[in-house]
Amino acid sequence: MTTLHQSVKQTEQHGPATGLTRWLYTTNHKDIGTLYLWFSFIMFLTGGCMALMIRAELFQPGLQLIDPEFFNQMTTMHGLIMVFGAVMPAFVGLANWMVPMMVGAPDMALPRMNNWSFWILPFAFGLMLSTLFMEGGAPNFGWTFYAPLSTTYAPPSVTFFIFAVHMMGISSIMGAINIIATILNLRAPGMTMMKLPLFVWTWLITAFLLIAVMPVLAGVVTMMLMDIHFGTSFFNAAGGGDPVLFQHVFWFFGHPEVYIMILPAFGIVSEIIPTFARKRLFGYASMVYATASIAFLSFIVWAHHMFTVGLPLAGELFFMFATMLIAVPTGVKVFNWVATMFHGSLTFETPMLFALAFVVLFTIGGFSGLMLAIAPADFQYHDTYFVVAHFHYVLVPGAIFAIMAGAYYWLPKWTGHYYNERLGRWHFWLSFIGVNITFFPMHFIGLAGMPRRIPDYALQFADFNMVASIGAFIFGFSQLLFLYIVIATIRGGEKAGDKVWEQPTGLEWTLPSPAPYHTFAEPPEVK
Amino acid sequence: MDAMQRKNLRLVRRLILGCLLMFCFGFALVPLYDVFCKVTGLNGKVLNVGPVSIGGQDLARTIKVQLIAVNNEGMPWLFKAQTPQLEVHPGETRKTAYLAHNPTASRMVAQAIPSVAPSEAAQYLHKVNCFCFDQQPLEGFETREMPLLFVVDPELPSHIKTITLSYTLFDITPKSEQHTELIGDRSTTRRIWL
Repeated sequence: MTTLHQSVKQTEQHGPATGLTRWLYTTNHKDIGTLYLWFSFIMFLTGGCMALMIRAELFQPGLQLIDPEFFNQMTTMHGLIMVFGAVMPAFVGLANWMVPMMVGAPDMALPRMNNWSFWILPFAFGLMLSTLFMEGGAPNFGWTFYAPLSTTYAPPSVTFFIFAVHMMGISSIMGAINIIATILNLRAPGMTMMKLPLFVWTWLITAFLLIAVMPVLAGVVTMMLMDIHFGTSFFNAAGGGDPVLFQHVFWFFGHPEVYIMILPAFGIVSEIIPTFARKRLFGYASMVYATASIAFLSFIVWAHHMFTVGLPLAGELFFMFATMLIAVPTGVKVFNWVATMFHGSLTFETPMLFALAFVVLFTIGGFSGLMLAIAPADFQYHDTYFVVAHFHYVLVPGAIFAIMAGAYYWLPKWTGHYYNERLGRWHFWLSFIGVNITFFPMHFIGLAGMPRRIPDYALQFADFNMVASIGAFIFGFSQLLFLYIVIATIRGGEKAGDKVWEQPTGLEWTLPSPAPYHTFAEPPEVK
Repeated sequence: MDAMQRKNLRLVRRLILGCLLMFCFGFALVPLYDVFCKVTGLNGKVLNVGPVSIGGQDLARTIKVQLIAVNNEGMPWLFKAQTPQLEVHPGETRKTAYLAHNPTASRMVAQAIPSVAPSEAAQYLHKVNCFCFDQQPLEGFETREMPLLFVVDPELPSHIKTITLSYTLFDITPKSEQHTELIGDRSTTRRIWL
């Protein structure tokens, strides 16, 4: 593929507009990236408050603080907000900031659409959160919204939930189109595909996943809408439909979705580890191919989420082995990260600490995933806290830690100041300890048989639940420290040079810190 | 429009087309799923309906056919099979019936949804005539015998000795004529392509 030479006609530098309209009308990729990141952080705290409400109720057996109906609304909203409101927008925000700077482009390919794709989000989540104040309460059927819980037995607010999902789907698709167009069309001369930084590669593949599955999600919620309001029976057995069909269509979206939330994290970690190991990334090409294989495999494993619905034996075997196959490319990645660090001159600044914790804890989450992939064993684990432990291990110390690592890594480039390293390490250790205290005991109570999504539990699970709740509060409140560190870094701090770290690679480090409002008006030459 | 804009536009058009195709694919999964279930007999949802011509009876084999009646949640009708278990020879056309009684004072409409277990047997059970083909209205306090005419195919694999035919009765009384308070019901129409 040839790269067209792109130059900006207007060479005069102008800063951002002033006032609130700067943020409303902005088409600048850095402004939009900032908006995405702040939005995602607000959603992270919102979803976090819901998680803390859940953990507070589960601190002791019995019903103490909230009634079961509200508890179900909390589990549902916590999941939806964290998945669609915190993790996904955070990655889109990082892509907005970094992808143009990494490929040597002046901005995203479609800046106006970029503005639109962000500004849909606050309305989508406004709509979603408003259901909490509606008659009948917010959606209470779990973030997977299985029919008929989400159709026949749903609260009336489900219609608002459906429209919110439509809106955030449109936002994600527009974001993905923009990222693909930027990466494919706006690369600087000499920046061939196999020279792209891994963060860019993982995002390119993620964007294709988004385009493939977000429309399927839109389709499944549309079917729900029609079942609820227009008398169709897609998922209604009385009319000849089938609730199991819902699960198939949902997980056809849902499984690629979980990789949408982890592939960019792989990219971030692959940027950070070489910098702090002061070595080139081991096995660049194998990293690219491994990412592509994981993306491909994500389309043929969806039914491992539904081993207990009564699949035929052949189906269970196929989905079991296909799922286990994912461990191969994932293992390649973990091996490459470890090999990058091998014989490197490692230092342990905050981004590296988060990246290392990512490698270790994500691998633990991967192993519990393999346990869940064993179809006969899954009949025991299904819908227990073991599943909760598994996906929180891959999403919290997986996706969230990678986002934090990325934020610390690029914060000096964004703000022109170093963050306070001592506080950063405090934040890391509090988060690391908090996460493990929260989620590790969940493995045990899950294996012992505690079901997920219940507000009360049998007495034998009491101690571990108390431990998990204490960990959740440590983890939750230590994120306020992160907020403080970021604000303090924006306001001041030690001045950062262009390169920020000792040996970073990539075009973004050739730019001044803080990165000027317009960068690469003339494309750089990549050798 | 410069070359770059044209290039972007072309790419965006393709990607949007991809999105639309995937949206349609989501809906295409619905008939695909039905076809898949029909071919493999999964779900026990195979509806072998209408007249069949079967070459002769296999008097050497006897198959137990168990008839089960289930009321869906909130369905107040009394619903049961006339004979809970029949012994039939493959190829023999048998007539039996289900009994339904509406204990409420108002008119109600029901729809029975069949399911066959083991699912492997589903494609060998032919329903020549079945009350489940139609919606069944009953006036208040009315009782009716609902006929069922079926044949077990002689091709039935020899290891299957028992077939269970289960009917789940759903309340599909239209909202407008509903008088009884029922939990979680919803007016439905049959899906057209089934």
